[in-house]
Amino acid sequence: MTKRKFGLGLSLVLAAGTILGACGSKDEETTTPKDSEGTGSEGTTEAVDFSLAMVTDVGGVDDKSFNQSAWEGIEAFGKENGLEKGDGGYDYLQSTSDADYITNINNLVRRDFDVVYGIGFLMEEPIKTIAAQQKDAQLAIIDSIVDAPNVASVMFKEQEGSFLAGVAAALMSESKQIGFVGGMEIPVIERFEAGFLEGVKAVDPSIKVDVQYTGKFDDAALGKTTANRMYSSGVDIIFHAAGGTGNGVFAEAKERKTKDANANVWVIGVDSDQYEEGAVGDTNVTLTSMLKKVGTAVQNIAKDAMAGNFPGGTTVTYGLAEEGVGLADSRGAIPQDVLDQIDEFTKKIADGEIVVPETVE
Amino acid sequence: MDYVIEMLGIRKEFGSFVANDNITLQLKKGEIHALLGENGAGKSTLMNVLFGLYQPEAGEIKVKGKTVKVTDPNVANDLGIGMVHQHFMLVENFTVTENIILGNELTKAGMVNIKDAAKKIQKLSEMYGLDVDPNAKIEDISVGMQQRVEILKTLYRGADILIFDEPTASLTPQEINELIQIMKRLIQEGKSIILITHKLKEIMDVSDRVTVIRKGEGIGTVITAETNPNELASLMVGRQVEFKTVKSEANPTDDTLVVKDLVVADYRGIDKVKGLNLTVRKGEILGIAGIDGNGQSELIEAITGLRKAKAGSVSINGKDITNKKPRKITEAGVGHIPQDRHKHGLVLDFSIGHNIALQTYYQKPISKSGIMNYKKVSELAQKVINDFDVRTQGEHTPARALSGGNQQKAIIGREVLRDPDLLIAALPTRGLDVGAIEFIHQRLIEQRDNGKAVLLLSFELDEVMNVSDRIAVIYDGQIVDTLLPKETSEQELGLLMAGQKKNSNIAKQGDTTHVE
Amino acid sequence: MSNRVVNILVPVISVILGLLVGAIVMLVSGYDPILGYTALWNGIFGDAYAIGETIRQITPYLLAGLSVAFAFRTGLFNIGVEGQLLVGWFAASYVGIAFDLPMYIHLPFAIIAAALAGAAWAFIPGLLKAKLQVHEVIVTIMMNYIALHTTNALIKVVSDGGDNTGTINASASLKSAFFESITDYSRLHYGIFIALAMVLLMWFILEKTTTGYELKSVGFNKHASEYAGMNVNKNIILSMVIAGAFAGLAGAMEALGTFQYANVKGGFTGIGFDGIAVALLGANTPLGVIFGAVLFGSLKYGALNMPNEAGIPVEIVSIVIAIIIFFVACGYVIRYFLEKANKKKEAK
Repeated sequence: MTKRKFGLGLSLVLAAGTILGACGSKDEETTTPKDSEGTGSEGTTEAVDFSLAMVTDVGGVDDKSFNQSAWEGIEAFGKENGLEKGDGGYDYLQSTSDADYITNINNLVRRDFDVVYGIGFLMEEPIKTIAAQQKDAQLAIIDSIVDAPNVASVMFKEQEGSFLAGVAAALMSESKQIGFVGGMEIPVIERFEAGFLEGVKAVDPSIKVDVQYTGKFDDAALGKTTANRMYSSGVDIIFHAAGGTGNGVFAEAKERKTKDANANVWVIGVDSDQYEEGAVGDTNVTLTSMLKKVGTAVQNIAKDAMAGNFPGGTTVTYGLAEEGVGLADSRGAIPQDVLDQIDEFTKKIADGEIVVPETVE
Repeated sequence: MDYVIEMLGIRKEFGSFVANDNITLQLKKGEIHALLGENGAGKSTLMNVLFGLYQPEAGEIKVKGKTVKVTDPNVANDLGIGMVHQHFMLVENFTVTENIILGNELTKAGMVNIKDAAKKIQKLSEMYGLDVDPNAKIEDISVGMQQRVEILKTLYRGADILIFDEPTASLTPQEINELIQIMKRLIQEGKSIILITHKLKEIMDVSDRVTVIRKGEGIGTVITAETNPNELASLMVGRQVEFKTVKSEANPTDDTLVVKDLVVADYRGIDKVKGLNLTVRKGEILGIAGIDGNGQSELIEAITGLRKAKAGSVSINGKDITNKKPRKITEAGVGHIPQDRHKHGLVLDFSIGHNIALQTYYQKPISKSGIMNYKKVSELAQKVINDFDVRTQGEHTPARALSGGNQQKAIIGREVLRDPDLLIAALPTRGLDVGAIEFIHQRLIEQRDNGKAVLLLSFELDEVMNVSDRIAVIYDGQIVDTLLPKETSEQELGLLMAGQKKNSNIAKQGDTTHVE
Repeated sequence: MSNRVVNILVPVISVILGLLVGAIVMLVSGYDPILGYTALWNGIFGDAYAIGETIRQITPYLLAGLSVAFAFRTGLFNIGVEGQLLVGWFAASYVGIAFDLPMYIHLPFAIIAAALAGAAWAFIPGLLKAKLQVHEVIVTIMMNYIALHTTNALIKVVSDGGDNTGTINASASLKSAFFESITDYSRLHYGIFIALAMVLLMWFILEKTTTGYELKSVGFNKHASEYAGMNVNKNIILSMVIAGAFAGLAGAMEALGTFQYANVKGGFTGIGFDGIAVALLGANTPLGVIFGAVLFGSLKYGALNMPNEAGIPVEIVSIVIAIIIFFVACGYVIRYFLEKANKKKEAK
């Protein structure tokens, strides 16, 4: 009996397949013209004749952090200039493993985007390789330097922004215990750590900072347990520089806040303004966020390229002075007097009076 | 005539292989009907057809005169047919009751009602004299008791036609007697029984009629009272079978195997062989008689190198092999038909050919500097298959697919072809049918006649009596006496095996194994 | 229907069913399956570049699959391919960077270093299994984590705190200018020949040597093998070591071929785990592993083109690919129904 039913099911599936197949081909007919229009290398659009695309690292485009802010920058640029998502406009490809970077970058280059961005230091080698092979392509890399005439490199002085985050944390901490949750122990993240520790020290050298590296950028569960341990040990403010793993830090803080509205737990976000991440009902656990304006950097390169001045072969470094890093609006979480002190430090760093080290001493 | 079950002209094929061809079996109400056939003759296939596990290609099944279609075991259950499987289907750590009601739970408001079920089982158990405790756990009860649980299971589900598939295969003689009583009781209570077996003795003891099948064909049905074991055996095998093994006088010469003061512990560290002495000479078969568990397995394992001896020595042709690696012992001239052929004798997933090379694969000409010569393996396998009458589709057939008898023949072929000075045969005929038993006995005698030493371990007294030239009785880890078959009786052996020492001084030519 | 026809029909039907169900998933989520599959096809076979990259992707799968399959033939479950691959990857990169030798010495040296590293890594679970009966699944899984973080730490040491060993010397590279020229700069490298040679080697060991005979025998029946005088423990260790060497070579493919460097990793590559599926899809036979690796590698690589060409999100693509592989793995179910249908026909 059951066999017969299965047989019936089988034939239904087969039948459905053929019908769906038919639908599919109809679909294709309608989409094809649009498509071919798009693939025309210099598509004639009513908007600007410029296109750009990016490749994410394994974190994905919705990592609420690094990749996302890059994509938001691209989206904003595209809208501003009347571009559409897709060929001839703006687009992104997501990577699922290290081996995918080259393919993804290559695919975008082949689709004739004017500028292709590799987001993150992991793209260094792939960008280098493609730059050598596709000499006409205009490539850009964030967080790493690739020495090639057709690659624009963007670096950030994460340590400067993190210094301010450290100042804010040190001044706001009641327990005088602060936490730092890092992703992988790589130079970029170490700059975050170094700046942050320096900032704390500048305010109060006696404050203990618990530094933990999770080794991963995409493990929210791990971030949550790490945060749990920190908060339980008396830490009241955690600064995370761990991409998706950091989402777990927010989750833990919000959980504690939900259970006890008076709980003194704060998170300092990273890369983009993570205020939304910290919302618990009417309150919020986000103290502030260390902004790394990847979006701005991406847009700046795009603007230059559109104007015919693609900054190939150069490295632009964004620090406090260039307003490439900084703290996000705290929405009242940080009182004015503290903000004033932060502003003072900002000035000193921008003026070069304080030089924040890149590595932990 | 009042038949409860009629299977008429049943034919069952598996691909091109015909497992059952035109078999007719008619079961009368209230009779014990034996189904006799060699291993692989198609008995189980026929019963699986009746039980709904297979669909026949031709033929008709009638239950109580009505034609039925048994599409699956549930239908068989509904028709009142119950099967007591050879391999029990019981959950070890469940109680008897839980096992019996499994899949057929009495429920009260969604809850399993164990108590009522236990009561019902208790009643059934008393009614048929099964003496089963419904609350005992399966893992705690004996094999015989487990079988009775299987019987209860069928009764509990309302079966009045019971199929027993090789029910005595794993029972002790005592338990076999009890089973026979139970079967008779079941008949008195109006049940009908089909008994699948290849043991002629049981058939003569218990059955009313016998249906014989041979190589998938129905040979016919005879009334037990009007036949005898010889006739049944020849019906089953298709030729005359010799029960009394014919052999000439032994002509023993030098000592081959000498075991001295051997002490061996079992896996728990308890001594099982306690200072045992034994000698097997060229040109003789020494049979070890004894009740299971008196150190036989440990003795054999120590000789073959599978278990370390704690003390004492073992030597072959004067060469010490005590606690040597199995391979060294094999190379010293020992061949072994292991007690557990599936565990130690064969690699079941290997082909017959691969299995034939198991002891010699690393030697020339089977391999040369690490490269196998599968052509040679093939030749060897072909030789074993031909010389030892291994019935198989070919050397590439997996050993698993062979019947027990043919597996055993392959093992014996492999060992004998290596031409060992000592052949150890541990329970070589267990579970085999008369044809295969006869064949294996002859092979052992042939080895002896070629001047080789043979050590035979058996739990079956008539086998020991028939085949051995001398009999060593093992009891509690020692050889308590060594006797000549023609000068002893089953009674005497039985007493010795049970530990009743006697002060006999039967002449033993050149015997060195006598203890005390 | 003959057995042969069934054997060919089963995988074909499996793939078709997988594609159909995958199509339904795409349709339900609002994407055009025809467009999606066209993109998949183009991603695999679209042009010389795609074909080159697909073969490149297949290469490590071949070796990972061999590793799992080989251990499996001896009754061992090697879940540690991932770790063995990572140590192999590092070893090959290290040798590739640290030495400056003529190619005919340097390249074999780097490859052998990777195989040895993988073998050494697999030796530990083999030894523990043989001597102490510690289950190899537990040990190999844990060894994966140890490998991941150990190699990460070693890369930092080698690169003075950086995250990348830097590019290996050209004398240790498997890169092929010839392949690059015919596949439009794909990363296809000579490693594919090594992988195929290893398939042949596995077949040879298993089917032609006494070692293979022993390994299979131990895998099927330890007791009978022991009784037949084989050293079961030696065979368990040997099997793991050979399996580890295969996995280490998979690492060499990445180090000397695809990437040309070793970098700090946030997580596993996934190749080792996919290797389990590759081996099982291929019924643990050398030829089967080729089939499994080709299927896995092609789908994995081709799938990248689905977001690119058809705009289907990565998540949906992952589901579709998983469904296709799922149906192939369920081949025996299809075989069952084919045989049923067959019987019915015969009965009539």
